[in-house]
Amino acid sequence: MTTAPVPAPGHPPDAFLEVRDLRIHFPTDDGLVRSVDGLSFRLEKGRTLGIVGESGSGKSVTSLGIMGLHTVGQYGRRRARISGEIWLDGKELMSADPDEVRRLRGREMAMIFQDPLSAMHPYFTVGAQIVEAYRVHHDVDKKTARKRAVELLDRVGIPQPDQRADDYPHQFSGGMRQRAMIAMALVNNPELLIADEPTTALDVTVQAQILDLIRDLQQEFGSAVIIITHDLGVVAELADDILVMYGGRCVERGPAEQVFHRPQHPYTWGLLGSMPRIDREQTERLIPVKGSPPSLIDMPPGCAFSPRCPYADVPAGGITRTERPELALVPGTDGHHSACHMTHEERARIWTEEIAPKL
Amino acid sequence: MATQRNSRRALAAGAALVVAALVGTTACGGGGGKDGKHGGKAPGFNAGIDKVASASDKKGGELRFIGTQDADSWDPQRGYYGFMWDFARFYTRTLVTPKAAPGKESRAVVPDMATDTGKVSADKKTYTFTLRDGLTWEDGQPITSRHIKYGIERTWAQDKISGGPLWLMQALDPDKTYKGPYKDDSPDKLGLKAIETPDDKTIVFKLPKANGDFPQMLALPAAAPVRPDKDTAEKYGQKPFSSGPYRWVSYTPNKGLELVRNEKWKRESDPVRKALPDKITVKLSTNADDMDNRLIAGDYDLDINATGMGSAGRQKALQSAKANVDNPQTGFIRYAVFPQTVAPFDNEHCRKAVIYAADHTSLQTARGGPDAGGDLATGMIPPSVEGYDPGYDPFRLKQGKPDLDKAKEELKACGKPEGFKTTIAVRNNKPPEIATAESLQAALKKVGIQTDIDQYDGAQTTGIIGAPKNVKSKGYGIIIMGWGADFPSGQGFLQPLTDGRFILDSGNNNYGEINDPAINKLYDQAIAETDPAKAGKIFQEANKKVTEGGWYLPFVFEKNIIWRSSRLTNVYTSDAYNGRYDYASLGVAK
Amino acid sequence: MFAYIVRRLVAVIVMLLVVTLVTFGIFFAIPKLTGSDPALLYVGKQADPETIEGIRQKLELGDPVLVQFWHFVSGIVAGRDYTGGGTSVHCDVPCFGYSFRTEQDIWPVLQDRLPVTLSLAAGACVLWLLGGVITGVVSALKRGSLWDRAAMTVALGGVSLPIYFTGLLSLAVFSYGLGWLDGEYVDFAESPGEWFGGLILPWVTLAFLYAAMYARLTRATMLEILGEDYIRTARAKGLREPVVIGKHAMRSTMTPVLTILGMDLGALVGGAILTETTFNLPGLGQAAVKAIGDRDLPLILGVTLIAAAAVVLANLVVDLLYAVIDPRVRLS
Repeated sequence: MTTAPVPAPGHPPDAFLEVRDLRIHFPTDDGLVRSVDGLSFRLEKGRTLGIVGESGSGKSVTSLGIMGLHTVGQYGRRRARISGEIWLDGKELMSADPDEVRRLRGREMAMIFQDPLSAMHPYFTVGAQIVEAYRVHHDVDKKTARKRAVELLDRVGIPQPDQRADDYPHQFSGGMRQRAMIAMALVNNPELLIADEPTTALDVTVQAQILDLIRDLQQEFGSAVIIITHDLGVVAELADDILVMYGGRCVERGPAEQVFHRPQHPYTWGLLGSMPRIDREQTERLIPVKGSPPSLIDMPPGCAFSPRCPYADVPAGGITRTERPELALVPGTDGHHSACHMTHEERARIWTEEIAPKL
Repeated sequence: MATQRNSRRALAAGAALVVAALVGTTACGGGGGKDGKHGGKAPGFNAGIDKVASASDKKGGELRFIGTQDADSWDPQRGYYGFMWDFARFYTRTLVTPKAAPGKESRAVVPDMATDTGKVSADKKTYTFTLRDGLTWEDGQPITSRHIKYGIERTWAQDKISGGPLWLMQALDPDKTYKGPYKDDSPDKLGLKAIETPDDKTIVFKLPKANGDFPQMLALPAAAPVRPDKDTAEKYGQKPFSSGPYRWVSYTPNKGLELVRNEKWKRESDPVRKALPDKITVKLSTNADDMDNRLIAGDYDLDINATGMGSAGRQKALQSAKANVDNPQTGFIRYAVFPQTVAPFDNEHCRKAVIYAADHTSLQTARGGPDAGGDLATGMIPPSVEGYDPGYDPFRLKQGKPDLDKAKEELKACGKPEGFKTTIAVRNNKPPEIATAESLQAALKKVGIQTDIDQYDGAQTTGIIGAPKNVKSKGYGIIIMGWGADFPSGQGFLQPLTDGRFILDSGNNNYGEINDPAINKLYDQAIAETDPAKAGKIFQEANKKVTEGGWYLPFVFEKNIIWRSSRLTNVYTSDAYNGRYDYASLGVAK
Repeated sequence: MFAYIVRRLVAVIVMLLVVTLVTFGIFFAIPKLTGSDPALLYVGKQADPETIEGIRQKLELGDPVLVQFWHFVSGIVAGRDYTGGGTSVHCDVPCFGYSFRTEQDIWPVLQDRLPVTLSLAAGACVLWLLGGVITGVVSALKRGSLWDRAAMTVALGGVSLPIYFTGLLSLAVFSYGLGWLDGEYVDFAESPGEWFGGLILPWVTLAFLYAAMYARLTRATMLEILGEDYIRTARAKGLREPVVIGKHAMRSTMTPVLTILGMDLGALVGGAILTETTFNLPGLGQAAVKAIGDRDLPLILGVTLIAAAAVVLANLVVDLLYAVIDPRVRLS
């Protein structure tokens, strides 16, 4: 991800994936749920973007939006209101024919879901499900497709893939299932891979294996990868860039190195503070993010994080509760943006004096 | 349990009525129906009563019966249902048979297989019959006097041939010394002493005691011949071997049966049966409303059971096709009876108090009103039985309303001026009877007689109200029942209900347990009398004693509404068959 | 899988034996306790004590229930003779009892009646599955639309209206009124055309009732399944929507439908009493009604057994099908 300003709407970008001012709102009986409310970012091939945030921050909604899954299969539900632009490899997806987007799905962009047990159909064998994914986009016979499926299962580290292909999802262990899920996502060599909480359902050792696998595969295939997680540790391992979401908006984004070492938003501090670290002894949690995520129907005025922010009163005049901070470049950085009313100096002081020592 | 069943039945009936109302306009009714299903024009309301409607000798066609109740058995010696006796004339013949003529005329018996109605000896104890020429079985072999004797003997084998009437057994061998043909040691199985067959054409009956109704008994299907080599004992009813103009083709219990013309039957040998249709079918249904609708639509010709149309069908028929309807007397009396073993009904005045306090019009309405229920009854001999007196009405029941003053008087005379408590026993499977019980309950309350209604299992009648011990222990002071004669005489009607010598431990019909030597003596006299008119006078006497004794509260002389399709010819109701049409005379117009 | 089937079959046989024993108890032991005598049901109005005793012996009413039960069960495989009062009646193998009411073996009656009920059940089943499942799926896919609301309102009516109402109504309109369908049952072997014609009304009426239930069930299940993660996965693969619905969603939707279908079919074979009575179909249900009215205990017992067997077998078939459909059942 670079920090170059977003070009004018309607013009194709030079980046592989570019999301411009994405808004995804769901009308409900209780009111309009603003799950994603003006999100923009870009991603180059071969790079990995980590989207971080609590549940309900709009991460998954964003990924499904890119896949175009908010517009199909919404039988009888009130349709999501979607605006903005999604450019993938020079094509704008929002205005494209739905069937064209469908053909891109699974082939150019693929997704790995959070819970591989519920994400795979319990009545079909793993092999059959991968074969199906391949044959949607490739006009080949079953035998060829099966060969390809076995090859992928082998590649993601399933032992005896030829036999295991005939097993059902429930016969796989959690880690194996996630590998199979990854094999299914990769079977068509997608150029964009979205992994939505790929390791949440797995135990810690398996988590590491899966993350290694994703990294290896990315290097091998050269795809662009979006990792969605609430766990900064996962992104720390994989991501080149990090985007922190809160209440449907981006509150901080930038190169992983910078976001980790000089985070510029109190929410990010909170996330870092609640991150378990293997390399350090567990001490008191300094900055847990207190309170609960904001209602997406009735957002707090001003900074969405202000009700939970310990520093909400640092900027004078209660501006945090009246005016929404815009995403702004952190002075002296290359593409590190943050949306906070505090001045750069105030944030630098708090980070170095109060937060960093306790992490 | 019973209440639930009834409410469900009521619900179903209600649904039927709603449906009938909804589609009332679409049904064409009028006996018009579909093409080809109807022949002539319907001859009019009650055209089949006391006269022949659509008289015709035209042969051919299929006579289509429908019904909701299968016969208890089609075995001539085992059937006891009235419609089975009527129908049996299609495939069985007897020495004598009810005259094939409308109404009252049918009460007489006329020669059938015999050349005359029998030569009676001077002591009236010996009847000799000679068989006609040309009598044959369905395989062409001749019917002999031995076959008739064998058939009659079967009734004695009560372990296998159960359920049928026992009149012949009681008249010929009251002590039951014979054990029946299946346990008969004689080679020809004809061991019954009371019947002699000196040759193939002659049969002699020797009665221990004179019985003026003996020819009536010989007219029952129980006196029909059975050929020993064709006797399948208890299974004979599955496929009786025919001696009549039609033979059995197929029969499935509760589904239906089919008869076709018996080509071996010789018309000239049979002075009674018209045998007009080529084929006779009976379809058995479970849905009475459906049956009525199909009759009205012209799919079938008549209801074999002839128990009367249901309320929905009745309304529809009377409104739109009255010309296809007859409203005959069924020969039944519906009544309440007061067992005198149950206090306080041992006291005549308490019985009479109930008779006066009852609301007779309300009871008639509970039975279905004047058309479907019948005329207000005044005594215990119905109009279709010899001895009926239209002017006789000692309790002035024809007024149709309770006489509360008289009722209170009687209660005082009984020593219960404040009334008393008793139980009404009623069959749980007969809605009109339950309705009459409820009417009675309401009326009696007004004079202080409190009653509980006990709805007992209607299929267990013989063991419940038919067992005097049980009646006494349960305290059944009032029993609701009905009775129709096996044959239209006082012996068939009144005697089983009121002769003290007929009180049985089980299967009793003399529920009042009347045992009056004067009444019993009248029966002996009447039975010994061979002139039906004279006998009728004596039964009339007995009726007076019974009625005035106050054991019975008659509700109605039953009538019902029966359907006759427009195709039917030669239709008339017969007193001998309880107001049913004389089936053996029916024909169909194409 | 084989062991599973064998185990289930053994369970079925045990189950049927238990049902037989219980039915036996109800029909023969309880009347004895309450003091009424089943023998009286089989004799005429004026039977003498000797005759009643003969019937009592034939019915083995004096024997313990377990002995009666054993004779009944052994009669099925070996046939049996009913002896009493010096005479006897033979009942052929397989002897499911002998009706002293109609003087015939029970088994041929059941054989005669079963095809009618099977015809009714099978035809109606095809109709209601087609109608119900299609309606339910379309309603689910068009949730909240006019179609959905109309279909669900009709379905609610279908579930609530008793068969004797819809049955009588359809008879009144199509049979007595318009005269289109005679509605009389004819054996298939006799005339397939008339068989079909005679069954159309009962099929449609019965199917209407069940289709309504199945439409509601299918709709609810389909809506639930459409929210499953694996449906999202199927879409994420780029599958066409008809494939997503027809293959992935339908396969899961059919599981609960099949479960209910097994029970319904079983129960229906046991006695579509109302339908058979209303439309006058000479099936098992009608036989049961008649038998109850006539107090024909052996026939009631026979029908009860067939009904129990049908329910148990239908459930067995469903369980086996379940295993075929759902690998988790099969492999665990």
